[in-house]
Amino acid sequence: MAESVLKTSNAEPPKENRVGLKAADYAGGKSTLCAGCGHDAISNQIIRAFYEMSVKPEKVVKFSGIGCSSKTPAYFLSRSHGFNSVHGRMPAVATGAMLANHNLIGIGVSGDGDTASIGLGQFMHMVRRNIPMVYIVENNGVYGLTKGQFSATADEGSKLKTGVLNDLPPMDLCALAVQLGCGFVARGFAGDPKQMVNILKAALAHDGLAVIDVISPCVTFNNHEGSTKGYQYSKEHDEILQQIGFVQSYEQIEVDYEPGEVREVTMHDGSRILLKKLEEDYDPSNAVQALERLYRAVDNGQMLTGMIYLRPEKKSFLSLLNMTDEPLATLPLEKTRPPKSALDQIMRELM
Amino acid sequence: MSDSLSATAVLDEAADGRQPSVNDLTIHVATVNGSGSQSSNNVLMRSIFQMGIPVSGKNMFPSNIAGLPTWFTIRANKDGWIARKKEVDLMVCMNAQTAREDVEALEPGALCIYDAPLNCKSIRNDLIFFEVPFAKLAGELTTDSRLRKLLTNMIYVGIIAEQIGIEREEIVNAITKQFKGKKKAIDPNVQAIDKGIEYAKANLPRQNRWRVERMNKTAGKIIIDGNAAAAIGAMFGGVTVVTWYPITPSSSLCESLIDYMKQHRIGPDGKATFAIVQAEDELAAVGMVLGAGWAGARSMTSTAGPGISLMSEFAGLGYFAEIPGVIWDIQRVGPSTGLPTRTAQGDVLQVWYLSHGDTQHITLFPSSVRECYDFGSEALDLAEMFQTPVFVLSDLDLGMNNWMSDPFPYPEKPIRRGKVLSKEQLDKLGGKWGRYDDVDGDGIPYRTLPGTDHAMASYFTRGSGHDAFARYSEKPEDYKATVDRLAKKIETARGVVPQPVIDRRAGARIGIIAYGTTDWPVEESRHQLRTESSVETSYLRLRALPMSEDVKRFVAGHERIYVVEQNRDGQMADLIRLEVANDQHKIRKVLHYTGLPCDARFITNAVLEMEASISAKEPLLLVRGGVQRKTTQAAPMRGPATREARGED
Ligand SMILES: Cc1ncc(C[n+]2csc(CCOP(=O)(O)OP(=O)(O)O)c2C)c(N)n1
Ligand code: SF4
Ligand SMILES: [Mg+2]
Repeated sequence: MAESVLKTSNAEPPKENRVGLKAADYAGGKSTLCAGCGHDAISNQIIRAFYEMSVKPEKVVKFSGIGCSSKTPAYFLSRSHGFNSVHGRMPAVATGAMLANHNLIGIGVSGDGDTASIGLGQFMHMVRRNIPMVYIVENNGVYGLTKGQFSATADEGSKLKTGVLNDLPPMDLCALAVQLGCGFVARGFAGDPKQMVNILKAALAHDGLAVIDVISPCVTFNNHEGSTKGYQYSKEHDEILQQIGFVQSYEQIEVDYEPGEVREVTMHDGSRILLKKLEEDYDPSNAVQALERLYRAVDNGQMLTGMIYLRPEKKSFLSLLNMTDEPLATLPLEKTRPPKSALDQIMRELM
Repeated sequence: MSDSLSATAVLDEAADGRQPSVNDLTIHVATVNGSGSQSSNNVLMRSIFQMGIPVSGKNMFPSNIAGLPTWFTIRANKDGWIARKKEVDLMVCMNAQTAREDVEALEPGALCIYDAPLNCKSIRNDLIFFEVPFAKLAGELTTDSRLRKLLTNMIYVGIIAEQIGIEREEIVNAITKQFKGKKKAIDPNVQAIDKGIEYAKANLPRQNRWRVERMNKTAGKIIIDGNAAAAIGAMFGGVTVVTWYPITPSSSLCESLIDYMKQHRIGPDGKATFAIVQAEDELAAVGMVLGAGWAGARSMTSTAGPGISLMSEFAGLGYFAEIPGVIWDIQRVGPSTGLPTRTAQGDVLQVWYLSHGDTQHITLFPSSVRECYDFGSEALDLAEMFQTPVFVLSDLDLGMNNWMSDPFPYPEKPIRRGKVLSKEQLDKLGGKWGRYDDVDGDGIPYRTLPGTDHAMASYFTRGSGHDAFARYSEKPEDYKATVDRLAKKIETARGVVPQPVIDRRAGARIGIIAYGTTDWPVEESRHQLRTESSVETSYLRLRALPMSEDVKRFVAGHERIYVVEQNRDGQMADLIRLEVANDQHKIRKVLHYTGLPCDARFITNAVLEMEASISAKEPLLLVRGGVQRKTTQAAPMRGPATREARGED
């Protein structure tokens, strides 16, 4: 497996972040998932990313649908409000909350069942609207919580514990997101925490919907001989697109690289994403190339990870709505009730 | 002219022994959907209104964009009875598809104005027929074929005006209003009116059976539909997040709201104090409403029955997780391929119990445009006060038809936002609080909003699997405590939701209960019962669920209770029966469900029929009907607590 991360700093991470909090302040409740579940590994990187990005937990809102994956918002960032909603409908709930308060920093956690089956419609419309938040699909190819049935992302030919073979083609959520014009599409692997945390930080810096499909093995129902989303199989088939580095806007870091070797993308908040090319020159701003590469990966049995598509300039839905700066949720009555003269005028028109 | 001669003959005959009726008539216009008759019908209604005569207009339209039959009924009544009336006095036949049916349904002696090629006079000989060559008249106005079609409709307005005495000046005013002062549109329409007036003067005998005369009962009043009224109410009620998915008859609520909000809720800096989103379906619409309500917005959506069905799972989540949000249901006949453009009150039970588990939802029933306006903000208040989804059940008749009303008063009271803990309050509490802790004993806990800048502000929201401090719990005692407290919350709501409007009459042995638009025919029916049959009735108009304690007292205070509603099974009557325990035997059902609004005569007949049967061995407990004019059909009433009604009446 190639190195997936571009080192941007040698400095030890500080014990306190820029808002004066410790990593422990980002912890959540104790996980009730199976020991070794990929989902827990992702929660750990979420904690780390928010801590290192110095995001105040009080400004964060966590959303999820239903599933083992959707339980995880209870296991990180206890100091943030969280909402474990209904199966497949988290996008709507999150959209509503973000409309109510556009200052919130949203993170949604879903599963492959939650997103690719029951919630596919809402997922697609959320991508289309470009709601500014992070949307993580913890993808294990099965319905964990209902005890291991195939999901719509299960690979053709992969095998259930019971020996049942999947004979339908998988749905590629990254390809779908690219096609729907998502400005940030990445794939990670729960077994590669360093890549994961960098992707997460970049996603937090994105002003728009950031879709992250994370291969997250279900150790109980899909980690055996014949499963294609277990740890062993994923490690062997992980095809890393590029080495990813993330540099905060305030960091004075110059990374040494040869010209043409690294792509640098400046994000909305001034931070930079550095993408060092590996075997092939991959342009993540080219949707056609992204789709071509994703299809090729399927043909070649590769699990493609890294920054798949990145167009940070796309306008988010909230900016299109042209709302007042103050969140709608807390607008005072003077701002939300028009004056008597307005009612008088309306009544006159109806007389 | 032979036509007018025969008309005169009938006219004389019909005039025999009948009193001319002033300011009391029903006009029924049959046209083809998409022919542009809506504006002429509005002009007709408005000009009568402007003459000071109480009036209503009901549009009966098909689920179709163009081509199918549509009818518009205008009822003018000096005493203010403006519910639907089945008996038509003046018919305008413009639609070949329905002309025969339309003519056959008329009462003997009615006046029928028809488009010449339809040759309606050949259908029967006991009506007054006025034949009008509309195509020829319109052809004299313009050569533009599209315009000709539109002007044809204005010509019948002119003819009616001349026949019943509508003042030309008021028609011109109404046209000016209808076309928003645009001269280019006004002039040809006024010419069409004059064409009609001239033709009637020169060619039609003047009838005296039906007249309108100026009176003074509409001064200062407005005309508006219920959906627009609801939108105005919500806007002044401080709604901030609105989501919707188009569906008749609710679409115009959010569409009006968009128009009003753009005019009145964009600040001087050009920034909106609202967000309106057209969702991908009703599931998403209600999900967004709940997400927004959870995060502190005053949020609402509007839909009809099929949308309500889709919202079911979220409604339960909102109830258990205690999240505010307002859902307007403009009821119509179900399902999608039912009669989507016809009215009903058939969603009562579905909404009250919507979702899985033990759920009950605060539900409001506006009966007038004024109440649509009031509930527009009241529902938002109740949702935030009770931290729960609140439903408002309007219907197509109220939502899409035009109604007279006094102008709406400016809301003087501030909005109520419920129990929300601020950062400062959390500081005072030392950060100790429980999201589901019933500290006030009213079943309503406190909540915090996401984004509250306090380390102890957050909590984790999930259905009912939690304790009083929102910690995950599957303990039997925690679950039971949660759902018992939710029941208490609904109990608290009983006395806080809009209370019934009660008219108790001394000596009345029977009571009527109704809700929503059924109020209009009920009031008229009570008048008929009193003046024609000396039957005095008390009346309770229900305005909300959970049911006020008043209902029990009202039922206890009368010998028999007639619950009148517009659905097949008597949904509200069944809910009332659940409430009144020992008085169940008093409940009678009067059910009108044809897709058209209920009328007073149906209720009067049904009540009299059932009253006449009280000493029979098996008294009639239910009347279903609405189709036949004179006979009502009795069908057996289901349920163990009642005796079956006779089947043959
Ligand atoms: C409406 C509805 N249908 C079915 C279920 C049952 N259900 C719970 S979780 C789940 C699948 C979850 O799969 P996934 O999203 O992949 O999550 P995982 O457990 O694998 O992390 C299902 C079908 C439900 N909760 N709600
Ligand atoms: S069943 Fe699978 S997905 Fe669920 S917690 Fe266990 S390992 Fe994770
Ligand atoms: Mg799964």
